[in-house]
Amino acid sequence: MGEQTIEADVVVVGGGNAALCAALVARESGVSVTVLESAPVEYRGGNSRHTRNMRCMHETPTNVLTDAYIEDEYFSDLLRVTEGNTAENLARLVIRDSPQAIQWMKSYGVRFQPSLEGTLHLSRTNAFFLGGGKALMNAYYAAAHQRGIRVLYNAEVTELHIRDGKFKSGRLLLNGQPAEFRAKALVAASGGFESNLEWLEEVWGEAARNFIIRGTPYNKGKLIKLLMGQGAESVGDPKQCHAVAVDGRAPKFDGGIVTRLDCLPLGIVVNKRAERFYDEGQDLWPKRYAIWGRLVAEQADQIAWSIIDSKVMGRFMPSVFPPIPAASIRDLALALALPAQDLEATVREFNLAVRPGRFDHQILDDCRTEGLNPPKSHWAQAIDLAPFYGYPLRPGITFTYLGVKVNERAEVQGLGSRTNVFAAGEIMAGNVVGKGYLAGLGMTIGVVFGRIAGREAARAAAQ
Amino acid sequence: MQPLSNLIAEGERLMVICNACRYCEGYCAVFPAMERRLNFSETDLNYLANLCHNCAECYYSCQYAPPHEFAVNVPQVFAQIRARSYQNYAWPGFVRVGAWWAVTAGIIVAAWLAGARSAAGANFYAVISHEAMVATFAFVSAFILAAYVAGFLRFWRESGESLARFFQPSTLLQAARDALWLKNLDSHGVGCTYPNQQHSQARRRFHHCTFYGFLLCLASTTVAAAYHSIFGWQAPHAYFSVPVVLGTLGGIGLLIGPVGLYWLKRRRDTAIVDIKQDSMDMSFLALLFLTSLTGLLLLALRETTAMGTLLRIHLGIVLGLFLTLPYGKFVHGIYRSAALVRSVLEASRGKD
Repeated sequence: MGEQTIEADVVVVGGGNAALCAALVARESGVSVTVLESAPVEYRGGNSRHTRNMRCMHETPTNVLTDAYIEDEYFSDLLRVTEGNTAENLARLVIRDSPQAIQWMKSYGVRFQPSLEGTLHLSRTNAFFLGGGKALMNAYYAAAHQRGIRVLYNAEVTELHIRDGKFKSGRLLLNGQPAEFRAKALVAASGGFESNLEWLEEVWGEAARNFIIRGTPYNKGKLIKLLMGQGAESVGDPKQCHAVAVDGRAPKFDGGIVTRLDCLPLGIVVNKRAERFYDEGQDLWPKRYAIWGRLVAEQADQIAWSIIDSKVMGRFMPSVFPPIPAASIRDLALALALPAQDLEATVREFNLAVRPGRFDHQILDDCRTEGLNPPKSHWAQAIDLAPFYGYPLRPGITFTYLGVKVNERAEVQGLGSRTNVFAAGEIMAGNVVGKGYLAGLGMTIGVVFGRIAGREAARAAAQ
Repeated sequence: MQPLSNLIAEGERLMVICNACRYCEGYCAVFPAMERRLNFSETDLNYLANLCHNCAECYYSCQYAPPHEFAVNVPQVFAQIRARSYQNYAWPGFVRVGAWWAVTAGIIVAAWLAGARSAAGANFYAVISHEAMVATFAFVSAFILAAYVAGFLRFWRESGESLARFFQPSTLLQAARDALWLKNLDSHGVGCTYPNQQHSQARRRFHHCTFYGFLLCLASTTVAAAYHSIFGWQAPHAYFSVPVVLGTLGGIGLLIGPVGLYWLKRRRDTAIVDIKQDSMDMSFLALLFLTSLTGLLLLALRETTAMGTLLRIHLGIVLGLFLTLPYGKFVHGIYRSAALVRSVLEASRGKD
C-alpha cells in the first residue's frame, strides 16, 4: 500500500480553540480545510479543554458579563501583569476584537453561562463557557463536521518544507504511519511545549522532573521547533512558564482545574526542612496564586506543604484530594514526613508572631505577623485548633511563553515576506503576553488570532 | 449489581472531583445542589442521583470523562445509585414484578371477573359489572397510592426537612414547573444530549407525550367515574363526549410517547446508562403502549362482537400495568419530583 498524501487548500495544525477558529473561518470563504490534531479524539482540544472562560472588553453589561470593561482598563491590566512585555498593536487588536469574537462564537453554537459563583470573581471581565472548555470544543468540532472540514486525529506533524517563505508540503505521522500533506496555506495553532518533558529538563534541569503538567500531554512544541528551524523569529522567554502550586498527588498530566489549592493564604507553607519561605498573605489570592509554582520549584526537591488548622476548613474551594489530617502538629509532621521538631518550632514561632485582628479572607484584612521573617501580611491566624491538615504542593505548569513572532495578519515573521504560514493561539501568545498572565486572556488571543489566521490563510490559498 | 458500599464510594469519589471543578454548574439542578455540600453521604447521593435527569450533558463536557484516569461518569453512576434507591425506598419492601407475569395475572383476573358472559353494542358492564370493576381497581389503586406515599415519606425523611416545607406554595409551584416542563432536560432551550451528543428536544417531547397522555387517560377515567356516580350517565359514552375525547387524546399520546422513547433508547449512547435498568424501562414503555393500543381498539370495535374479548384483554393489561407501578419505572416521577422540591427549597435558602 502506498503512502497517504493529504491535500487541502488550508491545513491547520493543532486541535484547540485557536485551531478550530482558524479552520471555521477559513472554511467560511469556501476553501477546503483539513485539521491535523495530534491527540486522539477523546483528548482533542489541547489545553482549551481545561479552560473555562475568556476575557472580553465590553462597554455596557451583557447577558454574560457584568458592568463594563473598557479597552483602556483591559490594556492597562495587561501592561501591569506583563510589565510592558507586550506588542501594543497586537494586544489592542485582541482587546478590540473580543466583543465580536463572542458573537462569532455564538453563531457557531458556543454557549456562555451567566456567571454564578466563580471562585476568582471574574464575572465582570470574563465570559464563562457553559460547561467549560470541552463543551466549547465540542461545539466547534460539531460545527466543523457540519461544514465539511476534515479532522484527522492522531496526526502529528514531523516536518515542514518551506522555501522563500512559502509552505508547500510537510510530513506527519498519521496513526503512527508516515504520510505527506500539502496545502496552499498553513496555520500553526499547536500550543506550547509544556508537556515535552525532555525540553523542560533542558530548560530547568533536573528540577523539571518534579513538575506537574496541568494540561494536555500533547503539547510537545514540535511546530515551534520546526518553524524556528526554518528561520521563524521567536518571541517570549524560553526559560519562563506559567506555573501554580498544585496538589502534589496530582496526575503527571491533564489534572486540570481540580488539583489547584486555594488554601495557601489561609495557613502557612513550609518546605521539606519545615521552614516557611514566602509571605503567604502578600496579596489577594487571585493576584498571587500564579507565583507559587515558581516558589515551590525553587525549594529543595520542588516540594512544599500547605499547613492549616480546623478554623479555616470550608473557607476555600474544595480540591480533589483530601487533606492529610493529624491531631497535633507533631503527628502532622510525621504524616507528612517532615522533621517534627522543626515543624513544631516553625508553627510556634509563627503563632507567637501573629497580631490580633479581624479575620476576613475576602479582603486584605489586618491579621498579620510582627517580627517574623518572612512575614505573613494578611490572614495570619494562629495555627492552634486541632485537627490540623496538610496538603503537599508541587509546581504545576499551565503553559510556556516561547513561541513564534507574528504581525497583525498572523503571518509568522522571519520566514520571508508575504508568507503563507500563519500562527494562532498559545504558539504566538507570547507576542501579547510576554510575561505574567491575565485570566482568560489566552482564550481571547486564541479566538481573535485564530480568526485572523483563518481569514488570511484562506486569502493566501485563493491566490 | 455491585455492592452498595462500592457504589456509594464511587458516587462520593465523583462528587469530590465535580465539586472541585464545578464547570457544569450552569447545566442542571444537580451541580448547584452539589456545591451546597462539602461531604457526600449516602443520603446526599440518593438525593442528587434522583435529581439527575440522566441527560449526560455533563459527561460529554467532562475533561475527566474516560479514558481520563479520573474516569468521571456522573450519569451512569447516578443511574445505578438511583436504581438502588428505588429499592431502598420501596414500601413495604421491594418486589420485582415482571411485566409478563403481571399482564398474565391481570388477564386471568379480568377473565375470572367476566366469566363466560358476552355482550354486544358496547355494553361493557354486561361483561364485567361496574361494581366488580370499581372494586378491583379501587383496591389496587389504594395499594399503589399507599406505596407511593410511603416511598415519598421515606425519601423526604432523609432530607431532614419538615413536611410543611414540602408543601410551601412558592417552592412547590417552582418545583412543579421544573417537573412539568422538564426544565432540566431543556438545557436552556436547546434540549438534552440524548440519544447522542447533539442537543435535541426529542426525549423531552416524547416524555411529554407519555406523561400528558397518561394524565389525560387518568382524567378521562375520573370524568367517566364522576358521570357515573354523580349524574348516573353510564358508559358507553358518545365518541365526542368529554371522557372519550380525553381518553382518545391521551391514548394517542401513550402510543407516540412510548414508541418515541423506545426509538431513542435504541439509538442512545450506552456509555452513560445503567444497562441493567433496561428491562424495567422497557416493561413500563411496553405496558403503557399496550394499554393505549388495546384501549383504542376497544373504542373502535366496541360495537362489534370482539368487544367482550378486547375488554378482558384491555382491563387485564391495565391491571398488569397497575401491578408493576409500585416497584417499576413509574416511581422515578415520585422521587424526581420530591428531589426537585428539595433543590428549590435549598436554593431559596442559599448555602447550608
